[in-house]
Amino acid sequence: MWDLDLTVAWGQTLVIFGANGAGKTTLLRILSTHVRADHGSVAVAGHSLRTRPEEVRRRIGVVGHRSLLYDDLTCRENLIYYSRLFGLKDHKPRVDEVLEKVKLTSRADHRVRTLSNGMQKRAAIARAILHEPDVLLLDEPEAGLDRESVSILGTLLAEWTDSGRSVIMTTHDLDLGMTWGHRAGVLRGGKVVFPGSNTQADGNTLENSDIRQAVADALEAGR
Amino acid sequence: MGLLGPVMIIVWKDVLLELRSRDLIISVVVFGLLVVVVFNFALNNTPGRSEELAPGILWAAFAFAAVLAMNRAFVRDQEQGGLEGLLISPVSRDAIFLGKALTSLIFMLLVEAALLPVYAVMLDFSALSWTLLLTIFLGTLGFAVVGTLFSAMAVQTRSREIMLPVLFFPVLLPVIIAAVEASTRAVGGETFIGLGRWLPLIGVFDALFLVICPWVFAFVVEE
Repeated sequence: MWDLDLTVAWGQTLVIFGANGAGKTTLLRILSTHVRADHGSVAVAGHSLRTRPEEVRRRIGVVGHRSLLYDDLTCRENLIYYSRLFGLKDHKPRVDEVLEKVKLTSRADHRVRTLSNGMQKRAAIARAILHEPDVLLLDEPEAGLDRESVSILGTLLAEWTDSGRSVIMTTHDLDLGMTWGHRAGVLRGGKVVFPGSNTQADGNTLENSDIRQAVADALEAGR
Repeated sequence: MGLLGPVMIIVWKDVLLELRSRDLIISVVVFGLLVVVVFNFALNNTPGRSEELAPGILWAAFAFAAVLAMNRAFVRDQEQGGLEGLLISPVSRDAIFLGKALTSLIFMLLVEAALLPVYAVMLDFSALSWTLLLTIFLGTLGFAVVGTLFSAMAVQTRSREIMLPVLFFPVLLPVIIAAVEASTRAVGGETFIGLGRWLPLIGVFDALFLVICPWVFAFVVEE
């Protein structure tokens, strides 16, 4: 990636589309401080990734291709572990709350290895929102989820942005991305382009069929 | 967040995982027993020679057992994504390193506590000597600190089982030599003063490793 200039406003969901290998996951790994960018500057909530990475990590929640949960611990134990890593003071009610949000209360005390892939993904979402981060980074969050789980995630993301926090997500699902996103970018040729007229954070404008078509065209051109 | 809190959280998680799976300590204890039996016969250890041979056999068994244990130190974290989870948490790299090193130290000391009485009987020496126990503690601390760093390096390579001993033994050779020398004197009934320069030498190496290894670890886990 190079020449990449991107700003995400508070209360906004930015959906990034792109062909396989376009760099969507790499972009999220840079934003999550997992991979260091060779050049340029990146800031989350005003904190530079280079100079204050720990402050950035406190403010982001990440859902990637792996759940980042330990198979031999229960959902609750995994969440208690992460809540303590993030320094949450009163973690028990918060753990119960996020388990309820992702509809996993009945499986809270089951080991992660016994859960289906979809449930593990929901547990990973619970892990990511546990510390109430300012920014959620989601890498193809819909992958492996059934319809009900996708609906739970959609509701959660809407609540997230309504409370003034931001979401950056990548997806291959054009319909889902256009429904959940406030802006849609296409990663191609190392940079994010914003097809159509969705460059401003002015509410959910992605219902506009012209923008949808422009995104689809840009995505097709990048393949 | 301070350093001690996250360190203890990481230790708690690793101990809980080991209690669930029990795949590390038991296998390392069995391996340690096999090593001492093999050396006992290979070196033709007889009652008259045990004071001379026992410390070498003891440390050969501890060093091989340490390599086996260290090989597993990061495997579970790497396979299940827990290391990535740690790296995107606000916990400092120093705390991650010290947490993993402390876990390794605890596991190794538990293994040694199980093996030492058996060795004492088989090799005919008194295990209840404070000088011997102090030597074992300091030597094991060096194993845990260096082993944790090299385990973090090796786990990212394809040939991790080979990579770890290749890195581990050359760096720890001074500690092993000093530990064998100090143990020989301790088994011979020498007091703390009688151990000469060997015990302080292990202490100096441990202190150096404790400064250098956490610093290098931050570069090892960074992509």
